[in-house]
Amino acid sequence: MSDIDYKDHGGVLAPLKNLRFFGRNAVTVPLDPRTASANYRGFHLNDWQACVGCSTCQKVCDNAAITMVEIPGLPEDPVKGVRNLRPAIDYGRCCWCALCVDLCPTGSISLSREYVHTCVDADLDSYFVLPDSNGIHGVAYDKGWAKSVESDLVALERTDMTEAAPEARIDNFEEIVAGYDKNQAIIEASRCVQCGMCHDACPTRMNAPEYIRAIWQDDMEEAVRQIYRTNPFAHTCGRVCTHRCETACSVGHRGEPIAIRWLKRYAMDAVAPERVKQIAAEGKPGYVTGKRIAIIGAGPAGLTAAFDLAKQGHEVQVYEAMSQAGGMTRYGIPYYRMPADMLDRDVEVIQSLGVKIQYNTRIGVDLRMDELQQQFDAVLIAVGLWTGRSTRIQGADNDGVERAVELLRKVADGEPIRVPRQAVIIGGGNVAMDIARTLARLQKHRYGEVAITLTALEDIDHFLADRDEIKEAREEGVEILDARGPQQVVIENGGASGLCTWKVLSIFDEKGRFAPKYNADDQLIHPGDMIVEAIGQAADIALLGEALTEELEWNRGRLKVDDGLRTSADWLWAAGDMVRGPDVVTAVADGHKAAASINQFLCIREQAA
Amino acid sequence: MRPENYEAQRHPPSNEYELNIGPNHPGIEGNYAFKLRLHGDRVIEGRADAGYLHRGFEKLMEGRLWIQNLAITPRICVPDPVPMEISYCLAVEDLCGLEVPERALWLRVLQAELSRLAAHLFTFGGHAATTGMYTPMFWGIADRDLILDLFEELCGGRVYHIYNIPGGVRRDMPPGFIERVSNTLDYLETRLPDYDNLMFKNLVFVQRARGVGVISQEQALDWAVTGPNLRATGLALDVRRDDPYLIYDQLAFDIPTEDGGDAWSRALVRRKELFESIKIIRQVLAKLPSLPGPIRCPIPNPLAWNVPAGSTYVRMESSKGELAWYVVSNGSEKPYRTHVRGPSQMHAVQVLEKLSIGCRIEDVAQIMFSLDACPPEVDR
Repeated sequence: MSDIDYKDHGGVLAPLKNLRFFGRNAVTVPLDPRTASANYRGFHLNDWQACVGCSTCQKVCDNAAITMVEIPGLPEDPVKGVRNLRPAIDYGRCCWCALCVDLCPTGSISLSREYVHTCVDADLDSYFVLPDSNGIHGVAYDKGWAKSVESDLVALERTDMTEAAPEARIDNFEEIVAGYDKNQAIIEASRCVQCGMCHDACPTRMNAPEYIRAIWQDDMEEAVRQIYRTNPFAHTCGRVCTHRCETACSVGHRGEPIAIRWLKRYAMDAVAPERVKQIAAEGKPGYVTGKRIAIIGAGPAGLTAAFDLAKQGHEVQVYEAMSQAGGMTRYGIPYYRMPADMLDRDVEVIQSLGVKIQYNTRIGVDLRMDELQQQFDAVLIAVGLWTGRSTRIQGADNDGVERAVELLRKVADGEPIRVPRQAVIIGGGNVAMDIARTLARLQKHRYGEVAITLTALEDIDHFLADRDEIKEAREEGVEILDARGPQQVVIENGGASGLCTWKVLSIFDEKGRFAPKYNADDQLIHPGDMIVEAIGQAADIALLGEALTEELEWNRGRLKVDDGLRTSADWLWAAGDMVRGPDVVTAVADGHKAAASINQFLCIREQAA
Repeated sequence: MRPENYEAQRHPPSNEYELNIGPNHPGIEGNYAFKLRLHGDRVIEGRADAGYLHRGFEKLMEGRLWIQNLAITPRICVPDPVPMEISYCLAVEDLCGLEVPERALWLRVLQAELSRLAAHLFTFGGHAATTGMYTPMFWGIADRDLILDLFEELCGGRVYHIYNIPGGVRRDMPPGFIERVSNTLDYLETRLPDYDNLMFKNLVFVQRARGVGVISQEQALDWAVTGPNLRATGLALDVRRDDPYLIYDQLAFDIPTEDGGDAWSRALVRRKELFESIKIIRQVLAKLPSLPGPIRCPIPNPLAWNVPAGSTYVRMESSKGELAWYVVSNGSEKPYRTHVRGPSQMHAVQVLEKLSIGCRIEDVAQIMFSLDACPPEVDR
């Protein structure tokens, strides 16, 4: 091309060369509608089935063009992480950059292959549109710019957590999970899109978006401050929480949810215990109210209520039957999941606010309820579920049959237990996994090998235990047999020698009632010199005494409580696993609720007086 | 509008008069005003009056996340948006130490050169129109549209592509794209002789453009003139070759120069650059199939992205000249300060003011178009 001699300037007649164009068509394109390219960034399409209303599109929008609109009638479920909000677009502001598409956690938003939207009848509102999968004109245009693997900006993969290998952890009770280091924690925290689904799903409404952001900003004190706004069992929940937040996490729809639990653990471990105490005490008034509250049970529910009430200036006295605080978190959860020294830190923070705990004091034996009623302005009972339920099958009363909670308590308390050569566990929940893995460690330590069989009614997909627990139990040599119903304990020479199970055909009848059906032909005998029942727990309510038990109202064997967890007696509240549960974070939520109700009651009584 | 514009001004009787070109005028590129003081048809003084397209982008960017600024960058220079996007991304990548995959680098060059073609065709037509010839303008805009079609396929947008992202590009080429680019280049090559006949071999254009708006090489250097305007004074200065970025050091291309320093030379340099850009794109098209690789390196969640503290100065050769970004981060999720060195800033203000002195009124528009000054880039 550049061989043209530009020094030849042509002449007046040179333009006439272009006369040859007269015979040609003009440079125009037909006015027929043309299809935009396959990648075109036209108007928004939103698949309402896939959209969960997390509002990430709204956050990333450069121009504040997106408003989340509440759509009555759409499903709304905080536990699953679904809101009835859908994005509406202001096309007076939108710049069609499609960042909303690239950062949508669920992939529900895309842009259409439409070029034009014009204003009809001077209706300017037609530029503010709530798009669904039919687009803004209700005409099915194809998807243009949609999420693809290469354009996706959501960080779907979780930062790996270092855990002890099965062979390294099987003969000891050292903590399995190593925890994040600073770099890992910041990277993991940076994945969060701040949608707040976790906050809505958490029983105690933890400010997870706020503390995750603080961790990302490397401000661990702020993270601890945010954590302590709603949860004084911070070390505990950073380790053994059932993390419903992660089930609801919007990033989890297509990828792995943010490791919210491990981030909380990181923040708590990163701040010195003395500083944590100072942060936890922020906001505590400098006066005392003169009100006295007795709390029975130093578990998560009781101590959370104690924490709240102490922060409001009340005097709190906790009575604990055991020699240490923590309740089931100390005596029910093995140390490889919840180290005792970390639980101690949580308890020390609560005590630092002035909460007094009297150990080895069993209400009903050392003190009576009516004495508490006389000495205190309000009483909260949060004694948890300490009695293991029995299968009541033939032979269940044999000495070789044990209850999981009692075994776990003895192990935690340092009491010697008989370590079986071979054990059979009945149950598919977390307690069953805990006892199976605890016994496995003791066996490995004493005999050098693991021989544990775990049987449960449910099939493996419907086990109540966490997936991680099942995986780790198997890694540690626990044999898990699903859909097996226990029929009788096999007894030889007066001691248990095994468990007979049948194959489960169904667990519930058509009306959803518990009525398991078995195939008796598919019978197995699982040999074992110890059979452990881990099928649920019950509360020990002997402490109430006969008169009070008679006086209180009950609901299917549980204490009847109102929305503020107050029983039918106006001075008595009940919280935690014995009312609702069973997990730590629900107990913490109950503790807050009971404390708020007690505080309100005391204040109102004050005003009335 | 400035307050003094509304005040009635009295002058002693004189045969001098004032004339405003713009802010809305066919002889002005974009919304930009040029105030002339004239004696007859002769310009005595020209005063640039910028600001009509001031959108406060540099300040706006300080309040937005790093990634949200992507949508602003192409709007800084509408006819040639790609270098703005790429250079902003280069700055962020430099601050973060991101390793951009090779395929993305080649795709960026593909866009940058397609954008140069589109911008030159646009200016070309505009320049011809200021001399009264509208056919090159119609042709230029129609042919530019073929390139916009390609951009639509590649980026999803015709004008504001927003296709580059720190770390690479947002998606790969659609199937068959290389062939379609190649076909469009074939067509453009057949069109170039037509443009030559219409303009460079046309005595009307030659007479109008030669000797108008002359800049000497010394003046050009003094006035910070860059790009085709500088190369039209005989100095082969081009960031692509002198300070190679992306993968320009792996490409064979020439730096066309002319020595007239006038409107004619500037138009001619651009005409020759069309050919060089086509040459570069053909090399990119030949290379791309052998580069499978990813198109973007992993980047953090855009909503939680702290760019490490520091500052960087990144420059590129846009169709207008040397384009640069000065970006400062204080380690937070938003820029602390950004500054754009739009090449048109110099061309449209100080150079145009100087060149207009003594020229005839009808040449003012031609000088502006021959400098290819882009008002949105001046104002930002």
